[in-house]
Amino acid sequence: MSLDISFIGILIGSIMASSVPLILAASGELITERSGVLNLGVEGMMIIGAISGFALMVITDNLFIAIVGSMFSGVIISLIFGFLTQSLLTNHVATGLALTIFGIGLSAMLGKNFVGIPGKEFPILFSSLRESIPFFGPILFGHSIVLYFAFALPFLTNYFLKKTKLGLVVRAVGDSPVSASNQGINVIIVRYCCILYGGAMCGLAGAYLSLIYTPQWIENMTAGRGWIALALVVFATWSPIKVLIGALIFGGITILQLHMQAIGFRIPVQFLSALPYLMTIIVLVVISRDSRKIKLNTPTSLGRIFYKEK
Amino acid sequence: MYKNFFRYLISAIFLLGFSVNSNADFKVGFVYVGPTGDHGWTFQHHEGRNAVEAAGIKTTFVESVPEGADAERVIRQLAQSGHDLIFTTSFGYMDPTNKVAKDFPNVKFEHATGYKREHPNVSTYSARFYEGRTLLGHIAGKMTKTNTIGYIASFPIPEVIRGINAMTLAAQKVNPNIKTKIVWVFTWYDPGKEAEAAQALIDQGADVIMQHTDSTAPVQTAEKAGVWSFGQASDMQRFAPKSILTSIIDDWAPYYVERAIAARDGKWNQQDTWHGLKEGMVAMGPYNSAMGADLVKEVEQLQKDLASGKVHSFTGPIYDQKGNILVAEGKVADDGMLAGMSVYVKGVEGDIPK
Repeated sequence: MSLDISFIGILIGSIMASSVPLILAASGELITERSGVLNLGVEGMMIIGAISGFALMVITDNLFIAIVGSMFSGVIISLIFGFLTQSLLTNHVATGLALTIFGIGLSAMLGKNFVGIPGKEFPILFSSLRESIPFFGPILFGHSIVLYFAFALPFLTNYFLKKTKLGLVVRAVGDSPVSASNQGINVIIVRYCCILYGGAMCGLAGAYLSLIYTPQWIENMTAGRGWIALALVVFATWSPIKVLIGALIFGGITILQLHMQAIGFRIPVQFLSALPYLMTIIVLVVISRDSRKIKLNTPTSLGRIFYKEK
Repeated sequence: MYKNFFRYLISAIFLLGFSVNSNADFKVGFVYVGPTGDHGWTFQHHEGRNAVEAAGIKTTFVESVPEGADAERVIRQLAQSGHDLIFTTSFGYMDPTNKVAKDFPNVKFEHATGYKREHPNVSTYSARFYEGRTLLGHIAGKMTKTNTIGYIASFPIPEVIRGINAMTLAAQKVNPNIKTKIVWVFTWYDPGKEAEAAQALIDQGADVIMQHTDSTAPVQTAEKAGVWSFGQASDMQRFAPKSILTSIIDDWAPYYVERAIAARDGKWNQQDTWHGLKEGMVAMGPYNSAMGADLVKEVEQLQKDLASGKVHSFTGPIYDQKGNILVAEGKVADDGMLAGMSVYVKGVEGDIPK
């Protein structure tokens, strides 16, 4: 096949579709981390979102309920994490790891009766424009509503953190919970909210996989994407826009290397398979060299337990 | 990296549960590489285990056990906790199985798809999936319009290479212009990645998609794109009713029941089993009517001939990519050659990853 212009458009369209779960989960986790909470349970929350979304779709036959329900299930499971880390003051890392193990196990149990049921087609928007406009058609149109939301999210997150008062509160809580608390901010409540928001986004990321990307339920179907999302947040130095860039590079190289194999490039396949990880890290490290900016974006109290003395 | 760590952790926690209750009862253990809900490879092994259980024999299983060092610990744990017969159901469990077998001479081991039987208590078994691939190749060669067949491959082991070759040879026979494009995904199971690989192959002009990975994602991608596909390991028809032409189905149940009963009654002995269409270890799913009555009839005849031995998947002359002869005219490849197959036949594009 030739590499003509309309083909490149299709390629970019599928790269965008593949990076959606990473963008959603990483953007959610970014807010959680900016409030000073390190939640390593992303994978677990995603897989719970995937099974709840799929199960609700099968039971109610309503995709809207399925999507909202998956976010809600993410909220519920992150509430467990919130309660343990914020109210019972457990260690963030250990609790997050436990959440992932718990999520994978629970989803497998809940999903037993949903294996082998074919999914439903998810409506796509502007599908006629996709076909009629060359190059830009497949890039801009013919996607699910979740994809448009995912691509707006990093910009909204950026705006929220930099321009709104609430964003300032979140950052303050993440940088210095003690001073924030002295200013009269309820650190615990703010952190709870950020944890629950992260849970909702991870749940949505999981549902994107089980309802839209590969519409079906199979055990462990997130296959490590939660961990990649977590790594993206760190390598993007907690900047929402860089998270978007990282997710696109990762998705892009994953897909490009498959195409390179199919075309028959004589490059060792193992190298091609490692390329997405390698390139994402290199690019993010290079674009995040400015140490002053890193300092500005890094939540100084990330992962530290905060409690108010009484 | 993290994923394997967690799989092990989960396995370890799981194993704690039954490491305490070893008793004199006859017990069979199963080690799976994927989750039982993959609706593919592991699912079929689990069906086999269910049949053993239905025959009145106690079983336990551990799922999602990564290949390599972790597998050894899981197998050892099963042997220690009083299991008398252990089925290890993935190629990568080959060395761990033999290692553990050495330390537990009274426990019987059955390793799937491997070739090492270093101790008298290790048997190996596999199915001649390549016979199924021959049928797929025949169908693909007839159905393709673009003369391009897309193949999603997992790991470069003889089992996978054999499948690619068998399929290509059969497709060439009915359509000499056929090209096989291969994408290696280096996983048995990652629905997202498998879907992406299928999409890449479709974008590169393949209108028939074949997979040697375990999830149903590729057939669904094919269904969406309106190209043909084949189910792998179990009947995947309902995931892609329009796209799936047929499925290769692994039926382990009769073998598992037979071996478990033999072991219980003290009649177990070491053997190397390689069953195919003839014995029913390899079965075909229903043929899609879109193939047309003539092609269905043709394929059913070929299926019968493969089962009876009248036709062999690897009948000479067969050449490698450089044109060197692999199997002479009129000869068929012997099992030893099939078991160690490590080169592509002529007509396959690209190199085997080293």
